[in-house]
Amino acid sequence: MEFQFQFDWQAAIDSIPFLIKGIPYTLLISFGGLLIGFALGIFFGLLSINKKWFLRWPATAYIEIFRGTPILVQVLFIFYGLPDLIGGPIDPLTAGIAAIALNSGAYISEVVRGGVQSIDKGQTEAGLSLGLSRTQTFWSVVWPQAFRRMIPPLGNQAIVSIKDTSLFSVIGVGELVRQGQIYIANTFTAFEVYFVVAILYLAITLSLSIILRFVERRGLASV
Amino acid sequence: MTQIVKMKGMNKYFGKLHVLKDIDLTVEQGEVVVIIGASGSGKSTLIRCVNGLEEYESGTLEVDGQHLAPKSGNPKSLAEIRKEVGMVFQQFNLFPHLTVKKNIMLAPQKVKDAPETVANATAERLLNRVGIGNQADKYPSQLSGGQQQRVAIARALAMEPRLMLFDEPTSALDPEMIGEVLDVMRELAKEGMTMMVVTHEMGFAREVADRVIYIHEGAIVEQGKPHDVFDNPQNERTQAFLSRVLAH
Repeated sequence: MEFQFQFDWQAAIDSIPFLIKGIPYTLLISFGGLLIGFALGIFFGLLSINKKWFLRWPATAYIEIFRGTPILVQVLFIFYGLPDLIGGPIDPLTAGIAAIALNSGAYISEVVRGGVQSIDKGQTEAGLSLGLSRTQTFWSVVWPQAFRRMIPPLGNQAIVSIKDTSLFSVIGVGELVRQGQIYIANTFTAFEVYFVVAILYLAITLSLSIILRFVERRGLASV
Repeated sequence: MTQIVKMKGMNKYFGKLHVLKDIDLTVEQGEVVVIIGASGSGKSTLIRCVNGLEEYESGTLEVDGQHLAPKSGNPKSLAEIRKEVGMVFQQFNLFPHLTVKKNIMLAPQKVKDAPETVANATAERLLNRVGIGNQADKYPSQLSGGQQQRVAIARALAMEPRLMLFDEPTSALDPEMIGEVLDVMRELAKEGMTMMVVTHEMGFAREVADRVIYIHEGAIVEQGKPHDVFDNPQNERTQAFLSRVLAH
């Protein structure tokens, strides 16, 4: 018996139009989620370095919970579990965006905390000594410098979150992997299709890396 | 004469460490007070109390008519004091993300709501005054240490302070740049600015100070006119300190 596998280029090419339909969902879930995650990250990240324990404690709890549990469990919990609590279904897209938001928010909180804490205390002292309020000092002196240092880890988180959306095929969001699964169910060309799926993820993450390098270089040039 | 700074029986602790001991000190308007003492003697802590960067535990402190209570103090008087008191730091603490000019414009715009054109004109005038008018659009990291410290002085002056605090302004500088910063400070003193200066530059103290204060382990042990303190110190700890720093 002879077995010879041959990569079917035609099958790969044929799958592209169908697979590409998943990209808007992948991008919507990841960037929608990341945008909310960034807001959560600023909020909880700043709370986590507050002097008052009753502000710090809930932030730490949030960070530990969403960093310490798998995102797959989180999205299953939101999609299958939460409807029992709120008494109505949640659509898969919303569940996906929520999962990315909450999960990336926890990691971004740590990025924000680290970024802010890395700025020398002398900067705050200089701001205060000039008569700026604590709030003014933070937003015009500390934050712009901290944000610049946060760009590389934020980019890292964006890439992680984009890839995390591939797990959401389990709740039936028509993102890249889900599209691939549907296509394979009809054509049985798993090797070719997952190969194309992988290439499409790579295309997204590489574009992002390139954009980030550019932003980083411009940001650093002015420091 | 108006007293800009009045300290009475001020005590400060870092944990168990008693860093300022019963400090009584007044600074008159227009006076240049230079504070000398060994590292860790509490001289920086003393001037950092004046604008509330450090809290103190007991005693009273009055700056430009505003009472700054022990512990956190009254936030309103703290804000008022900081508007009137400029500070220059050992490490310059310029804002690295802003150009030199924007460094100077920030506080007038944010704190005094100065229009951009006014703040801009002030910044240019002050940069010329400290001799670096041609560097306005550079970032701090593109300047030498001496230039950076002169920008820091200009930045503090932009708020038109009634009192300037200098916390070892030349200690982080290469030797060849110390002179240019001291020159600016000398000019400022000549123009009548009230100044409290913590420094190791004994030549500057002797020449510019109206009064020299020697601090030892958190207490003022001697003060007086520069030539009295330097040439005829009464306290033996002052004598010991001066013989160490003036020997070389």
